[in-house]
Amino acid sequence: MGAKVVTVTSGKGGVGKTTTAANIAAALAAAGNRVVCIDADIGLRNLDLVMGLENRIVYDLVDVVEGRCKLRQAMIKDKRLPNLFLIPAAQTRDKTAVSPEDMIRVTAQLRKDNDWILIDSPAGIERGFRNALAPADIVLIVTNPEVSAVRDADRIIGLVEAAEKDPPKLVLNRVKPEMVRRGEMLTSEDVLDVLAIELIGVVPEDERVLMSSNQGSPIALDGRSRAGRAFQAIARRLMGEQVPIDEFAAEDGFLRRISRMVRAGGQPA
Amino acid sequence: MILDWLRGRERGSAHTAKERLQFVLVHDRAGISATTLEALKDELIAAISRHVEIDREGVTVSLTKERRRQRLVADIPLAQRTSRKKR
Repeated sequence: MGAKVVTVTSGKGGVGKTTTAANIAAALAAAGNRVVCIDADIGLRNLDLVMGLENRIVYDLVDVVEGRCKLRQAMIKDKRLPNLFLIPAAQTRDKTAVSPEDMIRVTAQLRKDNDWILIDSPAGIERGFRNALAPADIVLIVTNPEVSAVRDADRIIGLVEAAEKDPPKLVLNRVKPEMVRRGEMLTSEDVLDVLAIELIGVVPEDERVLMSSNQGSPIALDGRSRAGRAFQAIARRLMGEQVPIDEFAAEDGFLRRISRMVRAGGQPA
Repeated sequence: MILDWLRGRERGSAHTAKERLQFVLVHDRAGISATTLEALKDELIAAISRHVEIDREGVTVSLTKERRRQRLVADIPLAQRTSRKKR
């Protein structure tokens, strides 16, 4: 069967879908997998920019679907990872230029020679979302610990279930441990209680994420970043590794630094 | 002090967020608004009252969930007979 198709979606916009897709893809590729990302957000393409490949686009997904180029020609090779590819969205068309059947056909072609296919879904629950969902083997729902994002995630979970896919897995993004500690931010337990799905990762708020998209270089390749390590952990869980989820472990707080110093025999880590 | 801290956490806005979400999602998932539920309750009371005497004030109709399974729960107390009360 070959590659697994992972669709990254959220319902609400701005929760970090594109960042999540780009970083999981980079982490999977860095672990030696052959990975293809597809930007399914026709008309509002962004995955190219986050991955730093915006200047290399010749053909896009709509060109593939409408037969103007071969699939291979629309696959842009990543700058750093030779086994990571992007099929960009078209910027001048709209979501109706691609159908769910087209997505199933394109991914079927890609499954043979790759290990993972990551689809970055547009926000919303319309055609673009349906396109992204159609070929999915695994659905990842990205949400933030914030009422409107959680409500939209719940709506998406219902639609994924209605499409008779396996239950989606949750990525809780932009967690601020300090606010959680004060009781002013929903915990991952709260969100899981409400949504009743499985958690695949908790990503802390980290300013390095913005810095990395400024530069078009995935944070998952930066071991110093808390968010980067969280994305790496998600990739490893997808690969079937048992990696414990501990949202506070990702945090580089005062106590953690002290405990690391103690373990390192008094040397600052 | 730890107790104060725990209480403070309980009262934090996250607690309110969770409660509000749980309420709104139960209605979202079932596609039944609070007004529809109220109308349903009135009709249930009317229908059941034609056959049995019930305590109208004590009737509750609510949506609950177990995992992602939705349930419509009606609790309809029967009217108490005076003869029974003596026991």
